[in-house]
Amino acid sequence: MDRRTFLQQGGGWLGTLLAAGWFAPEVAAQPWNRAAFDARTVKEALEALGAKDAAPGGDIVITAPELAENGAVVPITITSKVPGTESIALLVDKNPNALSAVFTLPAGTLPDVHTRVKMAETSSVVAMVRAGGRVVFAMKEVKVTLGGCGG
Amino acid sequence: MATPMKVRARSEGGVTEVKVLMSHPMETGRRKNEKGETIPALFIQNVTVSHQGRTVLSAQWGPAISANPFLSFKFQGGAKGETVKVTWQDNTGDTRSDEALIA
Repeated sequence: MDRRTFLQQGGGWLGTLLAAGWFAPEVAAQPWNRAAFDARTVKEALEALGAKDAAPGGDIVITAPELAENGAVVPITITSKVPGTESIALLVDKNPNALSAVFTLPAGTLPDVHTRVKMAETSSVVAMVRAGGRVVFAMKEVKVTLGGCGG
Repeated sequence: MATPMKVRARSEGGVTEVKVLMSHPMETGRRKNEKGETIPALFIQNVTVSHQGRTVLSAQWGPAISANPFLSFKFQGGAKGETVKVTWQDNTGDTRSDEALIA
C-alpha cells in the first residue's frame, strides 16, 4: 500500500468514526500514551515520554504530605517555576506502574496542578516538567503507612 | 451512564481557578473481589477542560489516580458567567461532560 492510498483510507476511516461520534475530538486530541503508562519504573516511563535526558532541577515545587496515612488518597500539588512550562508529569517511583498523570498546559494555564494519587508504599514522588525542549524533574519522599493499591 | 461531576470555577484577579470532583471507581485491574476474581481495570484516561471552547488543560491519567478523582488548576482569563466544560473518557470508552459557569 503506498502512502497516498494509506492516507486516503486512513482519513476515510477516521472521518467515519468522527461522524459517528465515536471520538469526541477534544478528548482524543492526543492518544493515551500506553507505553508510558505501562512502564514499571520511573526510568522506563521517562524514556517512553521521550524524556530520558531529564535533569534534576530546583524550579519545581512538589507539595505533598511527609506522611500519608492512607495511600489510597495522597494529595499532590506540583508547581513549576520553569519558564515556559508546557507539560507536567507526575510519577510515583514504587507504584506498580510509575507514571500517574501527564498534564498538558496550553499558554495561559498556570503551571500549578493539584490531584490525588494512590501510593502502594513509601516512595519518592517525581514531578517532570517539559519547557521549551528542556526536561527537568524534582523528587519528594512521601511515607505511606497504609498502601493504596492492595485488594 | 456515568454520574455527574462537580465542577466549580471562580475568577479572581484575572485568574480562574477550576476545581473538579469526578465520580469514577478508578479500578487498577490489580484488585480482587471476595471470590478471588480480578476486578477489571476501569479508569479515566483522558481529561480535557475548556473555557469558552478553548482547551485550557488536557491530561492523561493512569489507574494510580485516586478513586473519585479530584483535580484543580488555574488559568489566566475567564470572566463571571462564562462557561468551563470538563470532559473525561475512560479505558472502556465511556465518557462524560459537565459544565459550570464561572463565579
